[in-house]
Order: sequence, then structure tokens, then C-alpha cells
Amino acid sequence: MRGPVPLLAPAYLWLTLAVFLPLSAMGFFSLVSDIPVGGRAWTLTLDNYAEFLARPFYAQLLWRSLELGAVVTGLCLLIGAPCAWVLARTIRGRWREALFILVILPFWSNGLVRVFSWAIALRGGGVLDWAVNAILPWDVRVNLMFSWWAVVIGLVHSYLPYVILTGYVAMQAIDQRLIEAARSLGASRRMILWRIVLPLSLPGLAAGAVLVFVPVVGSFMEPRILGGRAGTFFGTVIEDQFTAVFNWPLGAALSFILLAVVLAVLAAAAPILRRSQ
Amino acid sequence: MTRTAAIAIAGAIALAAGAQAAEIRVLNWKGYGTDEPWAVAAFEKATGHTVVHDYFNSEQEMLTRLRTNPGAYDVVLINSAFTRQAAAEGLIQPIDTAGMKNVADLAPNLAGNPELAFDGKVWGVAWVWGVTGIAYNTEAMDRPDSLEVFWDPAMKGRVGWRDDALESVQFAALVTGQSINDIRDLDAVRDRLARLMPQIRVFWSSENDWNQFLAAGEFDVATYWSGSAARSKTHFGLPVEFVIPREGAIGWLDGLSIPAGSANVEAAKAFIDWMIDPEFYVKWDTEVGAPASANLKAAAALPEDAFNRRVLGDPANIARVEIMKPVSDADRERFLALWQELKAAAQ
Repeated sequence: MRGPVPLLAPAYLWLTLAVFLPLSAMGFFSLVSDIPVGGRAWTLTLDNYAEFLARPFYAQLLWRSLELGAVVTGLCLLIGAPCAWVLARTIRGRWREALFILVILPFWSNGLVRVFSWAIALRGGGVLDWAVNAILPWDVRVNLMFSWWAVVIGLVHSYLPYVILTGYVAMQAIDQRLIEAARSLGASRRMILWRIVLPLSLPGLAAGAVLVFVPVVGSFMEPRILGGRAGTFFGTVIEDQFTAVFNWPLGAALSFILLAVVLAVLAAAAPILRRSQ
Repeated sequence: MTRTAAIAIAGAIALAAGAQAAEIRVLNWKGYGTDEPWAVAAFEKATGHTVVHDYFNSEQEMLTRLRTNPGAYDVVLINSAFTRQAAAEGLIQPIDTAGMKNVADLAPNLAGNPELAFDGKVWGVAWVWGVTGIAYNTEAMDRPDSLEVFWDPAMKGRVGWRDDALESVQFAALVTGQSINDIRDLDAVRDRLARLMPQIRVFWSSENDWNQFLAAGEFDVATYWSGSAARSKTHFGLPVEFVIPREGAIGWLDGLSIPAGSANVEAAKAFIDWMIDPEFYVKWDTEVGAPASANLKAAAALPEDAFNRRVLGDPANIARVEIMKPVSDADRERFLALWQELKAAAQ
């Protein structure tokens, strides 16, 4: 064989094994009436997708998950972009290495451990409550546990490093001379930020935003542990189908609807992503 | 004395079974008796069989594991409501109880429960039973005697609930005067659960959750399992008391079964026999806290003030308990959709 095929073969093989096969298995499950194990009778059907339309609460929860994804992504960008800038442009040498390790550190621990440590911090009588009361002279009750905000805090903490790392790479590549030139031509700090720094770091930040948005929309562990009664999202409903009632077909169909909606959101955001290339 | 006796008994079992050292794999809830380190150690020392545990977080997960890992487990804990389903799917094998010396002491109505013994065979050895009822913080409130406490406006935001569609529907059925095994008026159930939502502070999903939430003051009253409530009190020193509400409570019976394809059936039988041994049960209940034993001799061997004699031994209490029957997949999915819809509406 000639040409690029032999060289590309390992990549395609990997894609087939890791992406295409599991996805097609789930695609198949989403189209059957019952899971084909233990001699159960099954037929091909679209009922699982019809179920989504028949019960409006699925769409309501999907919207709630998209909202959560947008808020978490927004907060990650708001916090992550300045962090990335400081890391890339202001701090040098050993300090940068040390801070870099601190940013990546959460990745080294298990996600569940991080979520449970937030549970300890956020609950009434927890670390946060104690700290706020130690500083403020009047009595305040801080009990964020089992609320929508607890879920947001846990998710932002989990996914923030993605934005910082991708933003860092993009910002480090910005040519310092561009900024100096702008400054020498009399551009204000704000103008430099809006006309040079942001457009040039947009590819990194956009990549980070995608990396955050996609998993957050489907998240189920953080909402379940930190959300309490407020922790019902599209992801937890899908998880219930797999673990609570063994209804894989409906779970798979809901997953594919989520996938389609996320792809649609990304397609709608494509002009921004493309402009940033 | 108990240790040596336990070892002697387990040793006798091993000799009777004539078993060679094997590694048996047990599938159970975490922290639910079979994995007590002293019990496993005594069994291993006496029989030479080693015991490895694997855990599930829901009955459906347990069935999924049996379906997807045939031959991977030797002993599995199955709630009696699921035993028929597991047998029908070919996930478990019938148990020949000859040679298991403690089986004769099991309460006849539990050992012979039609959900465990059917088609003339034993599919699950009755192990422990108990009820899901109300447990409350004795320092925070007066003793409730009715399920209405969960709907009491004074308890708004003080209620803990298990995030389980079936259990929720069953409690709502009890409070609306229906049988948990024959729910006819689902609208009344929906209405009740919709009004329950604002009362709930937190969903608990494990004993560990429950104890932490109570200790942290997240809730004052919650649904709970009788055996776990006993454990919270004796083992963790929490101010907890368990109530069987006047409307009734959801009874359950757990059996130990042997999965189809197990390569160590004799060792598995020896382990199950050790699990229903009074020696094991008395130590489990007095030192850790356990549900009620299906073994009459074991229950009688408890101290008189023991929870499992005091609360679960009261005939008036037992009369109100309804043992849960199997639930069809269609009903399960219907209940889950109802429950999810209510949770979504409460967001």
C-alpha cells in the first residue's frame, strides 16, 4: 500500500475501537424495545425517542442541564482566563512551575474525592461556615450544601483547569511585540485587551469552553452528591435508567438526544469557534 | 469463648463439606454483615476458604452484575422480591440445603417464603429481614407514630428521603390507605408525593449518608431501614429511634443465593451456613447492629433489651408490616417516570 493510508491506519483503528463501536452499540440499544440479554424478546422501535417527546419533564431537565452547562462554562471562563493570563505573562521561573502544579493538582485526585471534600466544606457547620463565622463579627449561617449553587461550585472546581491550561497555551503564544506596538501607538489597556489579547487567546479559551460545556451538560455525579433535592438533571435521569430500572434502551435514547443537542449547540457556536482560528 | 466456638462450628462445616480451599466471591451491599472482618477471618481460619467482596448500590445494579459477569460470584445477597426474577433469568441456581446444619432453625414462614422457595426448590436461604419505616433524631423532636410526620408543615425542610421511586410510591400508598403490593390509586400517590417534595431536605442513598446527614443536622426525621437504625444507635452512638408507623411499613426479606456458574458451590454453602449461624448473628447484632435474623435460635439468643427483640419482636408491630412482593418492570418504569417527573417539577 502507498500513500497516507498505512500511516493513518492506527489512528482510524483506535477511533473505531474507542469511539465508533461503543457509540454504535448505544445507538443500537436506543432503537430496541428491550435489552437483548437473558432471552428477552426485543424488536426494533422508535418508542424510546417518542418517550422523550411524550413526557415534557425530560425536555425541561435537558434545558436545566444546558443552563447549568452555560453557567459553569461562563464561570470557568471568567475565573480561568485571568488566571491563565497571570500564569502566562506575569509570573516567571520557579513560581510559574509551582503555580502550574497547583492548577493541575486537582487532576491527580479522584473526582469523587474532590466532590466529597466540597460536601465537607459546604455543609452547615462545615469548613466554610466555620471560616466565615471566624472572620465576620455577626452570626451567619452558611449552608450551601444541597443547592443548585453547590453543584455549580463543585463543577467549576472540577473543570476550571481545562480553561486555564488551554488559555495558557494560547496566551503564551501571543507575541509581546504586538502589545508593545499597540501601547506605543497609544492604545489603552482596555483596547489592548479587547483588540489584541482576547482575539488572539480566543482559540484556547473556546477549546477550553467546549471541554467544560460538553461533560457538564451530561454530569450526574456532582449533582447527585452536592445537589440533594435540587440535584435532578438530565444526566441523573439517564443514570437512573441504567442503574435503577435497567432500562438501557430509554437511557441510550436519552443519551443520544443529549448528544444531538450538544452537537447542535456546538454547531450554533461554530462561527465563533471558526473566527477564532 | 465466642471466637473459638465460631471457629469450631465453621470448622465442622468445612469438614462436612469436605471442601478444598477456595476463593469465594461475595456480592452484597457494603457493610452488610458478610464483610465484617472478624466474621470473614473466622471463616477463613476455620475453612481455609478466602472471601473476597464486591459491592452493589442498588438491586438493579446487582442483577446487572450477575447478568454481565456470569461465573464471577459464588454468593449473592438477593432481596426476596428479586429472587424469582433472578431465577427466571437463570442467574442463580437452586441450593441443596442438606448438610447445612443451621437451615433447620430458620423460621418456617421465612425459609419457606414463596418468594425464596418455589418449584419445590430453595433459591435463596432466608438470612435477615426487617422493615423500612421512620427513624428520627430523639434530641430534635417528639416520637412520631404516623407517616403524616413527613407531611407535617412543622417538618418542612427537615425530612430525609431515599431517592428511590418504588419506595417513595409505596410510602405514599401506605399513607393513602393502600397496600404496597396492590397500588390502585396512583393519582392519590402522585398528589401525596408532590406535596412531599418541598418537605425534603436531602436524599440519602446509603447508611453512611444517613448517619452523616443526621449527625450534621441536615434532617430530623427520615425513612430508614430498621437494622440500619439499630446500627446508627449502637455502633455510631447517634440519638436515633426507629418507629413502625401506624399506617404500616414496608417489610423486606433478604436471602443469600448462589449464582449460576459458581465454581465453588460447597464453599459458598459453608459460607451461607456460617452467615445464619446464631454465633455469628449474636455478635453481629450486639457489636455492630443488624436486621432481624431469620434464624429463630439466633433471635432468641439476643439480650432482652436488644432492638431486634424489643421493636421487631413486638407482635403488634410485626402485624403492621407488609412484606414486599416482586414488582413488574412495567410498574417499576411507571413509578420511576412518576418520581422523576415530580422531582423535575420540584426544581
